[in-house]
Amino acid sequence: MAKPDHLHFFIDPNRCIGCQACVQACTECDTHRGESMIHLEYVERARSVQTVPVVCMHCEQPTCAEVCPADAIKRTGDGVVQSARKPRCIACGNCVVACPFGVPELYNDRQIMMKCDMCYDRTTAGRKPMCATVCPSQALFFGTREQIEQLRPLSVPVNRFQFGHQVISTRVFTMMPREVARRQPWLDVTAAMDERPPERAVMLRVLPSTPEATADVGDPYAEVLI
Amino acid sequence: MATQVSRRTAAAAADDRTMATLPADDRAITARFGPHRSVMTGVRLSTSVEPERLVKTHCCFCGQQCGLQLKVRDNQVIGFEPWEEFPFNRGMLCPKGVKRYLQGAHPDRLTTALRRDPAAPHGFSPMKYEEAIATVAGEIDRIQRTYGPPAVALLGGASLTTEKTYLLGKFARVCLRTPHIDYNGRLCMVSAGAANKKAFGIDRTTNPWSDMVGTDVIWVAGSNVAECSPITTNYLWQAREQGARIIIQDPRITPAARTCDLYLPIRPGRDAALFAGVLQLMIEHDWLDHAFIEQSTVGFDQLASYCRQWTPARTAEVTGVPERSIRQAAEWWGTAKASFLFHARGIEHHSNGVQNALGTINLVLASGRIGKPKCGYGTIVGQANGQGGREHGQKADQLPGWRDITNPDHRRYIAGVWGIDEKDLPGPGVDAYELFRKIDAGEIKALLTICFNPKVSLPDSTFVARCLEKLEFYTAIDFFLNDTARHADVVLPGSLHEEDEGTVTQVECRVIKINKAVDCPGDARQDWRIIQDIARALGRERGFTFASPREIFDELRAASKGGVADYSGITYEKIERRMGVFWPCYSEDPETGRPIDHPGTPRLFERGSYNPVARGTGPFYFPDGKARFNVAEYRPPVDDADGEYPLYLTTGRVVSQFLSGTQTRRIGPLVEQYPEPRIEMHPRLAARLGIADDDWAVVETRRGAITLRAMVVTTIRPDTVFVPYHWPGEKSVNRVTVAAQDPISKIPQYKVCGCRVRKAGGPPAYAAILEPQQ
Repeated sequence: MAKPDHLHFFIDPNRCIGCQACVQACTECDTHRGESMIHLEYVERARSVQTVPVVCMHCEQPTCAEVCPADAIKRTGDGVVQSARKPRCIACGNCVVACPFGVPELYNDRQIMMKCDMCYDRTTAGRKPMCATVCPSQALFFGTREQIEQLRPLSVPVNRFQFGHQVISTRVFTMMPREVARRQPWLDVTAAMDERPPERAVMLRVLPSTPEATADVGDPYAEVLI
Repeated sequence: MATQVSRRTAAAAADDRTMATLPADDRAITARFGPHRSVMTGVRLSTSVEPERLVKTHCCFCGQQCGLQLKVRDNQVIGFEPWEEFPFNRGMLCPKGVKRYLQGAHPDRLTTALRRDPAAPHGFSPMKYEEAIATVAGEIDRIQRTYGPPAVALLGGASLTTEKTYLLGKFARVCLRTPHIDYNGRLCMVSAGAANKKAFGIDRTTNPWSDMVGTDVIWVAGSNVAECSPITTNYLWQAREQGARIIIQDPRITPAARTCDLYLPIRPGRDAALFAGVLQLMIEHDWLDHAFIEQSTVGFDQLASYCRQWTPARTAEVTGVPERSIRQAAEWWGTAKASFLFHARGIEHHSNGVQNALGTINLVLASGRIGKPKCGYGTIVGQANGQGGREHGQKADQLPGWRDITNPDHRRYIAGVWGIDEKDLPGPGVDAYELFRKIDAGEIKALLTICFNPKVSLPDSTFVARCLEKLEFYTAIDFFLNDTARHADVVLPGSLHEEDEGTVTQVECRVIKINKAVDCPGDARQDWRIIQDIARALGRERGFTFASPREIFDELRAASKGGVADYSGITYEKIERRMGVFWPCYSEDPETGRPIDHPGTPRLFERGSYNPVARGTGPFYFPDGKARFNVAEYRPPVDDADGEYPLYLTTGRVVSQFLSGTQTRRIGPLVEQYPEPRIEMHPRLAARLGIADDDWAVVETRRGAITLRAMVVTTIRPDTVFVPYHWPGEKSVNRVTVAAQDPISKIPQYKVCGCRVRKAGGPPAYAAILEPQQ
């Protein structure tokens, strides 16, 4: 059985609340119990609660497979890039270094690379991937194009990513605000790396009860970043 | 009797400044009873073991009550599978729901009864279950004969099924004949409940969550939705996709606040002022539904005259929210065509908690946007059965069916159901904190707790611990030795959520069914059996001979009939068939008295709706059918920030832990996600104090000080620090919180007190000894 063609994976980092339900649920998947194939990180916790969930993007021309000297990484006919094949993988880590999304991980104890395979056991059996099923903000969504268009009128799915001179098309989509996608219907990841999470500047009256506390503020209403 | 002697001797030897005496060193108890962390091993890690069956049930933790399926094999829960058909969460879960199954087959699980035994290396010795029951009954009997029935008290909890909470209330009043029963919902839902009662005459969320999607504005007042009720996040985001603006009022930029449309960074404890200021702007701009106010409410003029003093400038001054944001909120709320407002502990955990909640209701009523599709109001219940657990009898002032224990008609009805004389039914008891004050005063001599860990969860908990040692007899029912139960004379091994069946009423007031997946291990029993065993040992088993939760539920249905929280038309079968039933659900049409197959009531207060209190005069649950505006007065917090303690300390949850952590601090993957409490503070404050991220720092209040690591982030007001409360002992922020309470609801003021913070000289002693979850 293959993953049904009409079902797709969509990521909307704007919705992510960093709860790690996806990470915890991924460790419950039958093919790799105890290990999570999802990466969920704060962009910069000191300045924002923004988090970004990363699953395998399932590239149409997977860099990981292209750099694999052992030809251990296969993309199945339904577009899913699989974990390294056990007899072939030599645990060299080329894929780990090469993947522009930072997805594959080397498990030294088992001498193998493992990564997200879009819950192949579930998706080929007509079920949704574990992470997208449990995600309480639906930052991770699995369904049809029609469903996502109907549910998310403010954003559009994008599956082209630019890393310097390399442009990658993927099977997994990222949701991009509609007005942004109208100008540029792809994501320049290299350029975005210099961006910092937006903060909220608020006119806030701080510590009214203690003169020394507001001494550095001058105006009792100070523009502080919160 | 021997236990009392050992208590007194030990207590006399104890230094007054130390924590109350335990039967053994705290760390020795921890070494034996945990919390230890469960991990995925054996069949739970195997990729080849298939479950024998999947049991459809719900999460054991928060009030969202997400549907899920437990994988069961060889009488053990070995994993979970999403339950995508359940309409509320459609398979979605937070990390707690995903990993909840790891609480079963746990090394810390109590499988025998325990007796306090200072001679034992870990403070407790196993005892035979029957002997334990006989001891408990013997001590209750002795203490009641010596001091009278009210000398025995019960504390229950809102994570219990409704059947259990009903049985506990009946047990207290009929078997023990004591007025002293209360529950941990006192720390959770009572401010919302009291406000709902005053304004609507009924205490529940008014709309199903699906009504959020399609509304114009959603105002979230004091709720860290993403961490405390994560599944609600998808409703919020979906509402936004359909055009709703999201307003979030919180001293911290929570994950939901990060991308909301309007963030109101309120200074802790100033919520009522904000609501009054917004209502004043609505009045000035005539953003009011005059027809609704005229026809369906009373009390608006008095409220309007109170609000007159709350000019935007003064509101900004008091609340710390910029004036332009207050005006923006008022305009969006005032001019919306459809709206939803919900609040949680952020505005309720205050000595002004009821007024804060009434402030939100006033905004809703003034807009007229209630009792219609896409127009609603709700309070997000914190605990699994925060709703059902407060309706059927374990609250000090209530009888089943949300009846009033001081109302003669209500008393007569329930006395009739219970087969007792109304004169023998005790009157109202006191709230959970006052109950400890009565222990301190020597009025209460014996205590039974279940599903409540007050040593971690009540404020100023050093006082609570001291009271526990003043008891002549204390028995706890639990599946793990929780921090409070360490003070017990006898511990009775109770049941985990997955070891019993029953009903729970979730956040939308949908009554749902918890299903049994596995049997209790060893001598552990289902809690309702333990309660009945005590009744039997006391020789007062009449009314406590139920053979199943279903039998208890059937009596509960009869007891609730005619009350506001009428469950009489709900059956286990109807719940399963309809994926939950919203109360009120009648067995007989309240208008005609004829038997009906009632579908339940997803949305309250619809125009033209009939309820048994108003009897057709209007949609609200008062004799005139009208809702009440209340003057929701702002009062500054007790123990406010001042020159000596210049910062605000506020407390709350993190997504991977739940309540006092009795369960979640035993689940390895959840502990790893957020291992230990930290002091969140703004870099501006941290710089002034010379504190860097990850440094050890001290939070000090008028009660004492705790030392934790700092977490320096811009996502909090610079005059406020936040500490999550799930940890015990030296990591417990409730050692320093204030025991101030709302005068009406008696909810503690967890969300604000004055504090000061300094850099610690070095790591605290516990850092080298304790594991993160201990």
